[in-house]
Amino acid sequence: MILARVIGMVTSSDKDPELGAYKLLVVVPLGLDLEAEGEETIAIDRVGAGIGERVLVVREGNAARQITGRDKIPLQNVIVGVVDDVNWLEGRAPAGRQERG
Amino acid sequence: MQFARVLGRLVSTRKVAPLEGYRLLWIQPTDARGHAEGEPLVAVDAGQYGEGEWVTYVTSREASLPLRDTFCPVDAAIVGKIDFVDFADGERVTSPTATREAGA
Repeated sequence: MILARVIGMVTSSDKDPELGAYKLLVVVPLGLDLEAEGEETIAIDRVGAGIGERVLVVREGNAARQITGRDKIPLQNVIVGVVDDVNWLEGRAPAGRQERG
Repeated sequence: MQFARVLGRLVSTRKVAPLEGYRLLWIQPTDARGHAEGEPLVAVDAGQYGEGEWVTYVTSREASLPLRDTFCPVDAAIVGKIDFVDFADGERVTSPTATREAGA
């Protein structure tokens, strides 16, 4: 799983029927400084995440099939949590970061 | 699922049986704003999604799930057409303009 931020929402009028019921959100992985870093991908949301929120994303197709109950859903990324805070262990925070992010 | 724009269509008359009847599209991955990012690849068009110029595709094992034979040798499939993406600041990106710039 990765820490990511929701940065947008996709509108698709024509897509695989298995995907029909889900909101498609754009997520970008976060680096150690909690800034966007890496490839922007599309995830479905199971926790009511909104644009701008930090989230926990699982990136594995079998997890997606389990959580949706659809064994033919062509998808890997699912938002499975909203991350309120990241607390570093004492002395482990990257330079310039506070212990709570 | 990732973003890509469609560059072209492949012609392949001889291919493995599970791929018969499916279109193969040459696609360029993009970011969420439609800017090219990464290496081009070939993906099966699981619907008629490739008629649009901006699509979403899925890789790996999940690529075969929309096909009639899910035991199919593919690693990328187009599973939707993207109409637009809305961002936090209110910006709406409807299509990657780079498609036309590239003359594809």
